[in-house]
Amino acid sequence: MSMYNEADARALLDKVVKLSKADECTATLEGSVKGNARFALNNVSTSGIVSDTVLSVRSAYGKRLGTATTNSYDDASLERVVRRAEELAQLAPENPEFMPALETQAYKPSPTFNASVAGITPEYRAKVAADSIAPCRAAKMVAAGFLADGQSFVAIANSKGNFGYQQATSLDYTCTVRTDDERGSGWVGRNVNDAGQLDVAAEVRTAMGKAGRSVDAKALEPGKYTVILEPEAAAGLISFMMRFFDARQADEGRSFLSRKGGGNRLGEQVFDTRVSIHTDPWDPVVPVLPWDGEGLPREKMALVDKGKVANLEYSRYWAKLKDKRAVGSPGNIVMAGGNKSTDELVRGTKKGILVTRTWYIRMVDPQTVLLTGLTRDGTFYVEDGEIRYPVKNFRFNESPVIMLNNVEELGRPVRLGAGGGGGQSSRLLSIPPMKLRDFTFTSISDAV
Amino acid sequence: MDRRDFLTIGGLGLAGLVLPIQGRAVAAEELLSTLDVSLKKAIADAALEAATKAGASYCDVRVGRYLRQFVLTRENRVENTVNTESTGIGVRVIVNGTWGFAATSDLTKDGAATAAAQAAAIARANSRARTEPVQLAKVKGVGEVAWRTPIRKNAMAVPLKDKAELLLAVNAAALKAGANFVSSNMFAINEQKYFASTDGSYIDQDIHRIWVPFTVTAVDQASGRFRTRDGLSAPMGMGYEYLDGDAPAKFVLPNGVVTYGNSYDMVEDAIAAAQHAREKLKAPSVKPGKYDLVLDPSHLWLTIHESVGHPLELDRVLGYEANFAGTSFATLDKLKSRFRYGSDQVTLFADRIQPHSLGAAEYDDEGVKTQRWDLVKDGILVNYQAIRDQAHIIGAEASHGCCYADSWSSVQFQRMANVSLAPGAGKLGVADLIKDVENGIYIIGDGSFSIDQQRYNAQFGGQLFYEIKDGRITGMIEDVAYQIRTPEFWNSCAAVCDAGDYRFGGSFFDGKGQPSQSSAVSHGSSTARFNGVNVINTARKLG
Repeated sequence: MSMYNEADARALLDKVVKLSKADECTATLEGSVKGNARFALNNVSTSGIVSDTVLSVRSAYGKRLGTATTNSYDDASLERVVRRAEELAQLAPENPEFMPALETQAYKPSPTFNASVAGITPEYRAKVAADSIAPCRAAKMVAAGFLADGQSFVAIANSKGNFGYQQATSLDYTCTVRTDDERGSGWVGRNVNDAGQLDVAAEVRTAMGKAGRSVDAKALEPGKYTVILEPEAAAGLISFMMRFFDARQADEGRSFLSRKGGGNRLGEQVFDTRVSIHTDPWDPVVPVLPWDGEGLPREKMALVDKGKVANLEYSRYWAKLKDKRAVGSPGNIVMAGGNKSTDELVRGTKKGILVTRTWYIRMVDPQTVLLTGLTRDGTFYVEDGEIRYPVKNFRFNESPVIMLNNVEELGRPVRLGAGGGGGQSSRLLSIPPMKLRDFTFTSISDAV
Repeated sequence: MDRRDFLTIGGLGLAGLVLPIQGRAVAAEELLSTLDVSLKKAIADAALEAATKAGASYCDVRVGRYLRQFVLTRENRVENTVNTESTGIGVRVIVNGTWGFAATSDLTKDGAATAAAQAAAIARANSRARTEPVQLAKVKGVGEVAWRTPIRKNAMAVPLKDKAELLLAVNAAALKAGANFVSSNMFAINEQKYFASTDGSYIDQDIHRIWVPFTVTAVDQASGRFRTRDGLSAPMGMGYEYLDGDAPAKFVLPNGVVTYGNSYDMVEDAIAAAQHAREKLKAPSVKPGKYDLVLDPSHLWLTIHESVGHPLELDRVLGYEANFAGTSFATLDKLKSRFRYGSDQVTLFADRIQPHSLGAAEYDDEGVKTQRWDLVKDGILVNYQAIRDQAHIIGAEASHGCCYADSWSSVQFQRMANVSLAPGAGKLGVADLIKDVENGIYIIGDGSFSIDQQRYNAQFGGQLFYEIKDGRITGMIEDVAYQIRTPEFWNSCAAVCDAGDYRFGGSFFDGKGQPSQSSAVSHGSSTARFNGVNVINTARKLG
């Protein structure tokens, strides 16, 4: 059994906590059933289902901490894992930044579970692959893609009586389509709450269209361009930057949010006034667990409000040191936008480059969050509101901080996956397509 | 993947690094034991028999015990220690010309037989949709054999306390030498892998690897600037003896920077790192343009990894990785046409046999004896990296021995072997190499890296940059990154130092596949010179 219901999870965790002889004990039980189907060269290559449940026990003696894990649940195994965590704690050096276990919390449930995803069958996965492959084969194109679905639960409990339980589901589909002469490549990715929202036959047409339209790309000179970034193209840069909203790093002087001379830039105008970013575990489009990895409750919280830094993330230790209130680390990033689709942003563009997707994004200079990466699977020149022709892929060197000061227009936000899709974030995202001026492309790539 | 958890490490240098942790956490003393060979053979035989009975024309069984120990520290404290163990059986079969795979943590003969029957059933089901039957290159059975990484000190046997004390001493030394912040980590891995197949092989291998990365940060609060410097060690296929800091393994470079061969002095490097990080705060910014680059092995390994290792993986070339890691510019027609990959100075070879390398093993994960082979010979593309079911595609009769799975529960597939730049044949030291450079940059240590999905356009940073003028190293510079187009870059290679300068770098957690698997791979080279490479300035101003 890898999926425990709330009563069974609570009973097991209660048993574990009662076994503890340490000053404090925190136990976490996590389980999942994950399915996948992978296809390439118009054939299914692998598919499978994996189930697992892991119990993690954290024991503390004074400021000494030890953690042990098991996936055996008989009484002897439970006793062993608790004793092992205690032994490790007694061997560990004191952690000067130790924080005691949380008192009882009130977790407000968020809508992270959807029965339509939990009910996905092997036949459904096979059909996704078949629906992706068949139209490509007919059009002399080649499909490669991946479907990953899963249901999971998390239960937490500690010796101070805190308890939380919630189930979640996830569904992520990506497909790369290449023309059989290898001259064109397109991509589509969808991350959805409800299996009913994934229409693979329609999605694959998007990738096929981009593949067909990207054949015979022209080379444009590198330089500064107005760009329309599709949500997926912007997501990797924005989510990279949001990793640095940590108050401690800023206070320590090693973040773009550090202030010259000491302290951080909380409250300062750092972005264009149209930029607002918040986190909200109960957001109906990108719901996430109402607590973070430490069990700390998440809250709806502005991070950037009309371009000003509205909040930074404080760990429990740093919050105590700086006399701030610690809030659960965000599980999602919700960026405000407008009402226009990517196509509508294109229609309103005099001259620019439309970017489907960005790839292999890496930090070049943390001082300015300068990132490098490349465009991929559909890059097009836009003039007078229309896509004129495909262009060769570019390498960019750009900071999302600069990017969000060069906003021309923001479109309608779209849900993007955590770990799926472009695989560039560990958080669920809601990101708008965006038109930006002076985006810096530094070289051309011949890659298709 | 039966068990998979993730640990995200904080700290600036390793921000966002997600480490795959497989298995349950165990007490340190459990990391020392091994499974009995006769038990493993009995389990494997049960699976082989069940698979054959179920109609398999081929079967291999991997009985694996995977041990990992991670120690994570920052400044004056141990942030976490993790011991994990994962044990189980992976069975792969061919039925009706189609692969099937199943895995179980049930370490019994019945468990193995059940997994074999499941794998056969999956293969049979999948065979209905197959277009081409699997063609497996022949392998001669080797009977019962054993191999162990030739370590002198088993890292798993070193008390946790000693490891924590070493890392805290490293941190203290860096702070004393001027660092504001420092994080240091130790990763030790032991793969106990038993392989058996219907070819008649029973191969017991005990593989060890170690990695000790650190990052120091220096902050100038008044100017708001900060700079980091990472350690110059390499992850190695070695035991704890790598940390002995033996003097003969040191390489003192012409500018006084110390790098390391097969023995590492971590405290010494941490002190140097703190001094370098402070120096970087004040170093002048590079003027962009064309430079001749002199690349130290501590840097060049990553360029080799990205621009040679990955594009010459045959599954990428064929399109199997198109949706994730991408394809390759080095298409099959280029092999036929003897594509000029680099200058005639450039010979790049693959292997899994170099002592102390991360890829070193006697056999791969489908029972093929490991070997060394050329990928690029005197600048010409001559081969790829291929496994048993791919060899026929390039007209080869045998696999190269580069099949790997990161767990008993993962399906083995083609992974990068060690890929290395052969040292120059003539006698040439680093100082002699530099003395002919008129306008160049000397780069030490790996930094930022990014490459396109066909491995044409890449950009690399580094840890330390030094300007070279008229054959002399004039001083440290900052904000350097170079951009390349792979074939032009390797064709600009003007000289490679001799074997006396040869050192490894490597990747401890190299990801590939969906679901993703990680592997470890070394890249050896001597210092090499590349002419006329495009250098950009990465400094920016924020509002």
